[in-house]
Amino acid sequence: MIEIKNLCKSFGAKQVLKNISSVFENGKTNLIIGQSGSGKTVLMNCLVGLLEPTTGEVLYDDRNFVSMSKKERTLLRREMGMIFQGAALFDSMTVMENVMFPLDMFSPGTLRDRRKRALFCLDRVNLIDAIDKYPGEISGGMQKRVAIARAIAMNPQYLFCDEPNSGLDPKTSLVIDKLIHEITQEFNTTTIINTHDMNSVMGIGEHILFIHQGRNEWEGTKEQVLTAGNEQLNSFIFASDLFRKVKNAELNNAQESK
Amino acid sequence: MIIHSYLTSLGKYVQLMGRTFSRPERFRMFFKQYVKEMAQLGVDSIGIVLLISFFIGAVICIQIKLNIQSAWMPHWTSGYVTREIMLLEFSSSIMCLILSGKVGSNIASELGTMRTTQQIDALEIMGVNSASFLILPKILGLVTMIPLLVVFSTVSGVVGAYATAYIGGIITPSDLTAGMQHDFTQWFLWMGIIKSLFFAFIIASVSSFYGYTVEGGSINVGKASTNAVVSSSMLILFSDMFLTQLLSA
Repeated sequence: MIEIKNLCKSFGAKQVLKNISSVFENGKTNLIIGQSGSGKTVLMNCLVGLLEPTTGEVLYDDRNFVSMSKKERTLLRREMGMIFQGAALFDSMTVMENVMFPLDMFSPGTLRDRRKRALFCLDRVNLIDAIDKYPGEISGGMQKRVAIARAIAMNPQYLFCDEPNSGLDPKTSLVIDKLIHEITQEFNTTTIINTHDMNSVMGIGEHILFIHQGRNEWEGTKEQVLTAGNEQLNSFIFASDLFRKVKNAELNNAQESK
Repeated sequence: MIIHSYLTSLGKYVQLMGRTFSRPERFRMFFKQYVKEMAQLGVDSIGIVLLISFFIGAVICIQIKLNIQSAWMPHWTSGYVTREIMLLEFSSSIMCLILSGKVGSNIASELGTMRTTQQIDALEIMGVNSASFLILPKILGLVTMIPLLVVFSTVSGVVGAYATAYIGGIITPSDLTAGMQHDFTQWFLWMGIIKSLFFAFIIASVSSFYGYTVEGGSINVGKASTNAVVSSSMLILFSDMFLTQLLSA
């Protein structure tokens, strides 16, 4: 479980995150949604320690990440996995070497054990045929799947995904979403996904945190999101034609049934 | 304002070096990186070093023979001057200036691209000390390989000089040999090697600093690459003056 308490982040005079508090439970896919520039990425960077919050606390199972020493942070980070927006694979390494990397760095097992684990992770994301390829030789969707395999290689307790569907077609996006959701349940990880893809929201959003202008504007589940009645959330969701039509159709159905 | 900016950069550089020179997490992985960097920064530079040194050795010999040497000077002058220039300045300082262009831009653009594509962030999230993992092997790799490049450069320059004698017929091989053997001071070779160790550190660390601290996109990677070459070249020239005086005293 990850808990954030009164998190604020400022860059000079500009306050980007304003007093955000929330709880992300384990075994659930937690989504952070919001418009571009709302502070989603800054929030995620604060959670993983790539940025220092100005004030507030980030608790990983009651361990305060913000006040930890450098060494404690390094140890905690080994319990994290992250999938970056652009996959962030090491382009000088093959797919197999990319997945092996965290195992080679930190796993106490033998080479055979490490290889076995890497093959298991690659098999899990259906990429066993691409192990000798370099990131430049595979598609964007495959790169994302390699990133997922690398992120789960060390069996992380906390999984972070920064816009995992950006640049992918809707079909591949569904595959990635499904994969992350399955992994979350299979390994009971605390998964936090940063996205503005409404298909992800409706598909896998078990807990949704909507951020608007750096504030925690709304929290709820995918079942509640279409009927939340929050003005900012509605303007975000129903900016999409598709969702406007879905809502209108639902309203029409409701009127007809009356 | 400029002084403030320079001091800030210096402070960041010192901090980065502090993180870089820490104990590697896995020596096996460190050694793998170290060997890779020796190959990429050192072995891959042998060709250009041999080529440039060969022609510079030949040109120095021709210039001295045709423009400086006269009937009033000893017959070994051309060979002697060629050897001394190669040993004292070209094979260490000028060769490192050339390498700062090749190796420096390579390091800065590699690390800069890794930064902008979040590969360095990925290392940090995994709990890896990215500065130590990426920069330390580059510094140690280049420092290890540079003495070899200095020796290769000197030998190639001498071969170039002999080419002017045997192929060009500018000077007789016996005169050239007499010059090459005249009053040889072994310390000059060591001086070149010692200087080059400092220059290798400057090239690798300064270029890594510019690459590692890139912010933004591809334009900034290009800028970092240029800054890395300019700064390391300036620092090589500046430190060459002090090192030469120090080591010649």
